[in-house]
Amino acid sequence: MTAILKYNSGNIMSVWVALKRLGHEAVISDDPEIISGAEKVIIPGVGEAASAMRHLREKSLDRVIVSLRQPVLGICLGLQLMCASSEEGNTEGLGIFDTPVRRFPAGARVPHMGWNDFISLSDDPLLKGIGPGDDVYYVHSYYAGVNGYTIAVCDYGLAFSAAMRRDNFFATQFHPEKSAETGARILENFLRL
Amino acid sequence: MLKKRIIPCLDIRDGRTVKGVSFVNLRDAGDPVELARAYADQAADEIVFLDITATHEKRKTLAPLVEKIANAINIPFTVGGGISTREDVSVLISSGADKVSVNTAAVLDPALITRLADSFGSQCIVVAIDAQRIDGEWRVCINGGRKITEVRALPWAEEAMLRGAGEILLTSVNSDGTKEGFSTDITAAVSDRVNIPVIASGGAGTMDHFRRVFEETSCTAALAASVFHFGEILIPDLKRYLQKNNINVRV
Repeated sequence: MTAILKYNSGNIMSVWVALKRLGHEAVISDDPEIISGAEKVIIPGVGEAASAMRHLREKSLDRVIVSLRQPVLGICLGLQLMCASSEEGNTEGLGIFDTPVRRFPAGARVPHMGWNDFISLSDDPLLKGIGPGDDVYYVHSYYAGVNGYTIAVCDYGLAFSAAMRRDNFFATQFHPEKSAETGARILENFLRL
Repeated sequence: MLKKRIIPCLDIRDGRTVKGVSFVNLRDAGDPVELARAYADQAADEIVFLDITATHEKRKTLAPLVEKIANAINIPFTVGGGISTREDVSVLISSGADKVSVNTAAVLDPALITRLADSFGSQCIVVAIDAQRIDGEWRVCINGGRKITEVRALPWAEEAMLRGAGEILLTSVNSDGTKEGFSTDITAAVSDRVNIPVIASGGAGTMDHFRRVFEETSCTAALAASVFHFGEILIPDLKRYLQKNNINVRV
């Protein structure tokens, strides 16, 4: 069973529905036991970083997440929470990816909203079958730069991490659950890990 | 590179689409769910649903409809029409809408934008502006374009951004329904004034109108209704046309 982490975030249902469209039942939960025992865990996310981190700490979910050994996928704010820190509300993150999250510089039209592509830097199984020129849907004002964990790069005035991976932890800045067939493929790749 | 978005807009009343829609191979052209699916299959980049239901009682049909749409399509969609409270937004977002658009209620109470952005995040709050040119000046209309206010469109767009709007949906009341092209002047002025995404709306009649609005303004998306509904312009054709004219779109 895949568990979708429930916290004060906006689009949890979208992820649940996307998995259902793929014929995959998931459970939405903030119970540490259910999260720890799930085959896979998805951390969705639309919202504000500092309040989301506070919420995770209050429920001790921060320690649960970093201790997970099964495949974990962070989406959008989920990716940002998995980083070392975020300029959004000046919060520390979970520290899974040792890299800071910054706001797009002044002058950029933010949020970076709409369909954009990415370039894969490796043959990561998460992005298997996705070609250059396949577009995915982004909506975010903060980003993680390109770093040692980056497996795919997107360009929006500057290069940032479209996807990252460290061991069993995967993360995408874009929303696979809203990215038509390309996104469905990426979710299927994750479910097959 | 970020693509320019093409967005069909559907008017909903009492849970059904209004204005005829002539898609081939649709069992029920009045069913917003079927239409949404057809547009998603045509590579529409997002869909906007505008609820024009007049009565509160019938408005209750909206949340279950939004849930059905969320189940049916895998692209983002926005719901607007008559939204005036945090509770309205909460119901729609938790039913699966990605964004909501506010119009009249925001003009009457600009602090509403701040409250909604604080509660739900800027990324899901679209401020819709209906602008009408009167004596050379663009003024904001409310109540579905029926009432002209003293509010000037340009400073209003900027205020909406500063209050936390994540996107502006700008409709030129002068062009709406004319099929003579988008109002590129006000679209350019608003797009240059704010640094959030701007959707151009009102006046689309030909594929060239879309090319012009993207070439002559820095808007990030263009919205239309009837030209898509009646099959006068097919979204895949439009995107190929724009691509041929060096405008980046998702095909």
